[in-house]
Amino acid sequence: MDEILEILEKDGRASVEDIAKMIRKKPDEVKKAIKKYEKEGAILKYKAVINKDLIKDDESGVRALIEVNIVPQKDLGFDKIAERIYSFPEVTSCYLISGTYDLLVVVEGKNLRTVSNFVAEKLSCLENVRGTATHFLLKKYKEDGVILKQKSENKRIAISY
Amino acid sequence: MQISRVVEKMQPSGIRAFFDLVLGMKEVISLGVGEPDFVTPWEIREAGIYSLEQGFTSYTSNKGLYKLRLGIHRHLKNRYGLDYCPDEEILITVGVSEGLDLVLRSIINPGDKILVPQPSYVSYGPVTELAGGVPVYIDTSKDGFKITPKLLEKHIDKKTKGIVLNYPTNPTGVSYRRKELEEINKVLLKHKILCISDEVYADLTYDFQHIAFPSLPKAKNNTVYFNGFSKSYAMTGWRVGFACGPKEIIAAMTKIHQYTIMCVSITSQMAAAEALVSGRRSVEQMKREYSRRKEFITAELNSLGLKCQRPQGAFYVFPCIKSAGLSSMDFSRKLLEEEKVAVVPGTAFGACAEGYIRISYASSMENLKEALVRIKRFLGKKK
Repeated sequence: MDEILEILEKDGRASVEDIAKMIRKKPDEVKKAIKKYEKEGAILKYKAVINKDLIKDDESGVRALIEVNIVPQKDLGFDKIAERIYSFPEVTSCYLISGTYDLLVVVEGKNLRTVSNFVAEKLSCLENVRGTATHFLLKKYKEDGVILKQKSENKRIAISY
Repeated sequence: MQISRVVEKMQPSGIRAFFDLVLGMKEVISLGVGEPDFVTPWEIREAGIYSLEQGFTSYTSNKGLYKLRLGIHRHLKNRYGLDYCPDEEILITVGVSEGLDLVLRSIINPGDKILVPQPSYVSYGPVTELAGGVPVYIDTSKDGFKITPKLLEKHIDKKTKGIVLNYPTNPTGVSYRRKELEEINKVLLKHKILCISDEVYADLTYDFQHIAFPSLPKAKNNTVYFNGFSKSYAMTGWRVGFACGPKEIIAAMTKIHQYTIMCVSITSQMAAAEALVSGRRSVEQMKREYSRRKEFITAELNSLGLKCQRPQGAFYVFPCIKSAGLSSMDFSRKLLEEEKVAVVPGTAFGACAEGYIRISYASSMENLKEALVRIKRFLGKKK
């Protein structure tokens, strides 16, 4: 992967000037490269990774991982039915997976009931959906490579040879 | 109690007081640290934990776990084409530090001279003295901080027994290309001077392939090669290094080692063995990260008027601070007191490094940026 992407993946707020210094390129070149990635859709968006456990008035509610068994459509395979599912705003992620089930769908809702309602009233009744298994998420330990625990202090001694 | 004359005569580190000052202060951004800011990669830590769970809590053979020596043998073979016999030519030591002490004690007879190019890591001279030898310091400040055949020839005499070479170099970050090393090797072979090669920063070489000294023509029988896990695998606290060399020297070193140390901690050796198996990916990741910080800080320091060469290895940059009109020590002390940024005065690494400071970029980008803001403010006040 290009070093620019590697840097941005770790720190989306790294400035063009700083990146340029880090990889010994001209700021203009870096800027151009980033623009290109954005245009191609290689860089989709920049966002903060938030530990919602620490937010008191958190309204994001509950999250569930739902395994969905579907009947693929002739000529279109799984893609068409997947699109019908991931287009619901409640769905935050959607993957085609190997194994017993076909789709892994991540759903967020205000509370248990909203998620159950979504499954019962929207998801299960889609004509190509054969079955679902809903797993509510109890605790998050690590997300997108980030460990969701307060960093421990740096224990190095302040000065050494 | 009368302290031994050799120890009493040893120069206590001249910057102890400065170090104490740093350690006593709070909220300091320290760029004075000689170790990685990463923790040991998890796969390596996990192997250490697992070995404890399995009950590996005993001594190992004096030379070290065979599996670790074999791993080192394979690593050096793949990497440099070097063929060291794991039975007779490899010794596991408590970091490179112990290994250096062992080799100097093994080869020095009273009055023998050891060449030490400076600025250099702080232990080479004192350990030579402890072994009854005489360190001969070579000032490399006029030659871009590199030892050259000419400088070597100038300092060699009949009493010269060895040279401690360290590259990539702490504190300057310079390293050597093959051609330069070959020239040095020729001089050493000509005068039959043992090369004690401390290559602990080898894996952090940025612009070209690191060349292991013993892989040079005819160098293997005239070199004791040192490396360890501290810097490349972020394993400083585990204390594991190794020495490779001609079997008679390794045998002599092992003799001292078995009486003084017995063996390196088995947990550390187990973890180190795992590092060789699965740690390479982490090494490469850390190296890329260091490289970016290096480019960033070098560009910034130069733009602030603190001229420095682009480091070729390790994680140090060695800017000249003469433009600020202060000595290394005064610069460092004032920077600490006024802006709470800790660096190490160049003079800690030899008198010839007056006018320089060592900045370690084994620190997060965030810290580096903030430190540079402070250094800029500090320099502004000095104008």
